[in-house]
Amino acid sequence: MSFLKINNLSVDYKMRRETVYAAKNVNIEVSKGEILGLVGESGSGKSTVGNAIINLIDEPGKVSSGSIFLGDINIHKDPENIVKHRGKKVGLIFQDPQTSLNPIFTIGEQLIETIQTHLSLNNEEAKIKAINLLKEVGIKDAEKRFDNYPHQFSGGMRQRVVISLALCCEPELLIADEPTTALDVSIQSQILDLIKRLTKERNLAVILITHDMGVISETTDRVAVMKNGDLVEIGTTKEILTKPKEIYTKSLVSSVPPTNKKINRFKIIEKENKSQKETNIKILNRWTKKEIINQDLVQIKNLSKTFDDSFFTESSKNTVMAVDDISFNIKEGQSFGLVGESGSGKSTIAKMIVNLFRPSGGDIYFDNVCITKIKNKNEMLKFRKQIQMIFQDPYSSLNGRLKVKDIIAEPIKLHNPSISSKDKDNYIYDLLESVELTQQSAERYPHEFSGGQRQRISIARALATQPRLLVCDEPTSALDVSIQAQILNLLKDLQEQLNLTILFISHDLPVVRQMCDRIGVLKNGKLCEISNTEELFLKPKHDYTKELLRLMPKIESIYN
Amino acid sequence: MKRLFQSAMVMLVVAFVSFSLFNFVGDPINNMVGEETSDEERAELRDTLGLTDPIHIQFSRFVVNASKGEFGISYQLRRPVSELISERLPATIELVLISALIALVSGTLLGVYTGINRKGFLSDIILAISLLGVSLPTFVIGILFIYLFAVILGILPSFGRGEVVNIGFWSTGFLTLSGLKAIILPSVTLSLFQMTYIIRLVRAEMMEILQTDYIKFARARGINEKSIHYKHALKNGLIPVITIAGINIGTLIAFSIITETVFQWPGMGFLFIQAVQFVDIPIMSAYLVFIAFVFVMINFIVDILYYFIDPRIRVKAEAVSG
Amino acid sequence: MASKNLTLFNRIRDSDIYFSFIKSPTAIVSTIILLIIFFCSFFVEFVTPYNPFDPSSLSLMDAFTPPSWTEDGLARFILGTDGQGRDMLATILYGSRISLIVGFSAVIFALVLGVALGLTAGYFGGKYEMIVMRLTDVQLTVPSILMALLVDGIARGIISRELHDEMAIYVLIFAIGISEWPQFARVSRAATLVEKNKDYVSASTIIGVSNLIIMFKHILPNILRPVLVIGTIGLALAIIAEATLSFLGVGVPPTTPSLGTLIRLGNDFLFSGEWWITFFPAIFLVILAFSINLLGDWMRDTLNPKLN
Repeated sequence: MSFLKINNLSVDYKMRRETVYAAKNVNIEVSKGEILGLVGESGSGKSTVGNAIINLIDEPGKVSSGSIFLGDINIHKDPENIVKHRGKKVGLIFQDPQTSLNPIFTIGEQLIETIQTHLSLNNEEAKIKAINLLKEVGIKDAEKRFDNYPHQFSGGMRQRVVISLALCCEPELLIADEPTTALDVSIQSQILDLIKRLTKERNLAVILITHDMGVISETTDRVAVMKNGDLVEIGTTKEILTKPKEIYTKSLVSSVPPTNKKINRFKIIEKENKSQKETNIKILNRWTKKEIINQDLVQIKNLSKTFDDSFFTESSKNTVMAVDDISFNIKEGQSFGLVGESGSGKSTIAKMIVNLFRPSGGDIYFDNVCITKIKNKNEMLKFRKQIQMIFQDPYSSLNGRLKVKDIIAEPIKLHNPSISSKDKDNYIYDLLESVELTQQSAERYPHEFSGGQRQRISIARALATQPRLLVCDEPTSALDVSIQAQILNLLKDLQEQLNLTILFISHDLPVVRQMCDRIGVLKNGKLCEISNTEELFLKPKHDYTKELLRLMPKIESIYN
Repeated sequence: MKRLFQSAMVMLVVAFVSFSLFNFVGDPINNMVGEETSDEERAELRDTLGLTDPIHIQFSRFVVNASKGEFGISYQLRRPVSELISERLPATIELVLISALIALVSGTLLGVYTGINRKGFLSDIILAISLLGVSLPTFVIGILFIYLFAVILGILPSFGRGEVVNIGFWSTGFLTLSGLKAIILPSVTLSLFQMTYIIRLVRAEMMEILQTDYIKFARARGINEKSIHYKHALKNGLIPVITIAGINIGTLIAFSIITETVFQWPGMGFLFIQAVQFVDIPIMSAYLVFIAFVFVMINFIVDILYYFIDPRIRVKAEAVSG
Repeated sequence: MASKNLTLFNRIRDSDIYFSFIKSPTAIVSTIILLIIFFCSFFVEFVTPYNPFDPSSLSLMDAFTPPSWTEDGLARFILGTDGQGRDMLATILYGSRISLIVGFSAVIFALVLGVALGLTAGYFGGKYEMIVMRLTDVQLTVPSILMALLVDGIARGIISRELHDEMAIYVLIFAIGISEWPQFARVSRAATLVEKNKDYVSASTIIGVSNLIIMFKHILPNILRPVLVIGTIGLALAIIAEATLSFLGVGVPPTTPSLGTLIRLGNDFLFSGEWWITFFPAIFLVILAFSINLLGDWMRDTLNPKLN
């Protein structure tokens, strides 16, 4: 007996050249007490469907056809009327708890206003209800915190407040749009548990929109897979994850890094990518390949970094210990993983190694030379050449005003000023082909490329100086899972053939497991544990590592 | 505290600039005495005025005098500057206050209206007019008004303050009909430019706020549009208006120079522009110090208002002090 | 070369800016008006046969001729003449040239100074940034018109009276420019702070590119959009400021009148009924400023995706 019935829902955006369908003839049903996962990569239309249910589509988008039944009522029959159902019948949660709450009203004021919009309660009754709600979503000292402003809550707590606001008028359907994407793993699992609990206790119908297959596997009962506005496949979570019927679903599932084993390469099923074989690395003959001798390329000794919080501003001087007395070594040719949640200091370490930040204490040795003490610019340039970095955000890591050609030419010309223009062009072409881009890409501008392709350009630029160490700071966390698989494969191939040493930084444990030989676990600027990868996953020593491994959403959990 | 220190610094810098004006722009002695004065007399005057003292002593004397409101004697009018200023002050203050009121109230209202009703016909008209307003120099508006209301229609006076009533040292135009009539054209002229600015700022602010997630979340909770616009968005939108209001009053004082010239309004701006033309340094520096003082005071008041309106600042301040 | 130009042309034609331009009638109309004004002002010698500054060509007999369409108007003086028998249209165009020269020079002066300080302040940070920003803070509290008046007043004190008329135009450019630079500094600093934290800047640093090249090759092109918007609006403000100063009698001298000077001179005749002497320069000034503002407004909406 389905509570929510979405029939033939279409949403289109009239753009300047054509009409884009964000959703096309989507049919979904959800029963009470059930969590339906809505998955898809960016641009698949999953959020559009969520918002369309209560007609909350931004201009110029429009629900162009379809009906949506809540029980027996078609709420889209009279678009003016949907407003009444918002909050009352349908609750919605957004991704970012930081921006979902009005900063200048207390959470109590926001709760009472919402309650009184839909239920005829006086102030006293509304306040009692609000406080009970806050307790229900797990906020301690609810009576006191009732009068607090949103900025006085942490991210996880704020998301609890958001949930209480979405549920305060007892809706029967809850739509959660990436409710945990902005949160750390440990908080993510708490919020997901809360949603699961509320689903049971309140007999809610829930749509959980997410891109994370691990979350799907652990939380949902059924899954709907979307791609480019189309509903590809819908079924029980187990069916979809273990016996997907459609090619797209298969490729999506196979791109997800497994948490329980290490695989050699990701299987790429997408038809357009026929190159199952390893990448043809054209720059190989230009590369002065280092023989791997069993020695440390990077040695980090008692590294610390403090940030003076707002030195010149009004607040009193405040020192934050971002990295606290950390030591580790990376062997030549090895890939070393640094994992940790936000604020653990992992990116700060990366930036010190590539010499963007100066350490407050400790030293970094590269090839047995202490690079933190170098003052001479030319001396520094020699090391700059050998240490390169790949960044997280493919949209900000390329200068949009330069052609791809010029972006890659910059390091080539800087480190080899006498190179002839023809030689330089050939080198650029070889670099592009080594990262599986065409020669024609050289003449284009970054905005003409997708996120994954931009990340390839970034890699080509980093390789242009023939570095020995490649620092990868969350290189795939901004990418869709199928693209992530391709980029990770590429990085693996490059490493093997060019004997690169890699420092791989990520918050994503399954990815680190696939990529790294050794792993260090960071928490609040301190190193908890360093182990070889398999040892760390099978026999974690530190409590924090155990906790992380336990809370990590596992796609395999569906098999049990 | 930091603010107070900053304000003091600003005042000192301004004081130093005006002090430098005194000493280095032309020879003050030349400005005071006639051509026929002998060199001995000049030297004597120089001595009695303390111009031979070291710079820092001269400067501290200047600061002390300035804080007492003494800026010497006008070169051109041969009267104490303090006297001239206090005579002209009420006229300028009355003009600026009325203009600020007009600009803020109507600017905010129209800005909120156009920010909420983005696509409406009336919004388009208001916006077009506001853009025209930004393009109309104040003096052109003034001339236009004079021509229309004074020359053609003849219903409002084109210059002066009308009859004024003296209450103690303060002379007000609010208590007579001719005084009230006289302030209409100058104040409207002065406010128009600022008003159009405020409309555009408030509109942009409202539009930005209406795009935020928390407004979207409020919609998703079924909060009605009226409450979203006039409670959730407006209160956030008004926070920057306070800053605008502060800057606004300062700018109005400066622009009153133009309005006062066009309408021959006997205020400080009129005095200042004459001073600039005749290089009457004492008046110029006094005016400068006065303006700086007003600005510092306004900034101070704005900071205090912020503290009461924005909980984010309030809580931060409490956390630091407690 | 030809193919390169073609691709550039294609890029422009494909860009959203071009699309939004041809979709916006106000942007097109204001651009056309501005082009006409610029052309007529800078090539005024070829546009009008009159030279209002050649005393031999003037005749007092022609003084106070009303516009040609009125009863007493003469066909050869379309917009009438002023008290010295100068053709109003020619006088306005010559005046507009002065106004435009002052406006453009002042904005360019302010832009170069402001962007240079803002860019370096945002990039290097630290005490240097603090000093620059405090400087803009202090100066922004002093309204631009007051600042310009002050600079002009000081210049009058320093420069001798005879030299002053010759120097007036430079003083004016300096005065207006100095009053507008903080806007550019703030905008370019804010934009630089955003760009500086983007990874492409880090990437260049890691490659070993020098600070100077990073600032001018990488960051500068990326912060030009907001600077351009401020520049356009700043041009209108500078032209108005010039007119205002000249109107107040502290701008360019009557021997080379700008639009503001013309309005001031004409203002004396307003009460005696010769309205056209002040009306036409004023209208011309408003059309000029309005067109620039329209264009600036459209640019701000187009270049600022946040508000779309």
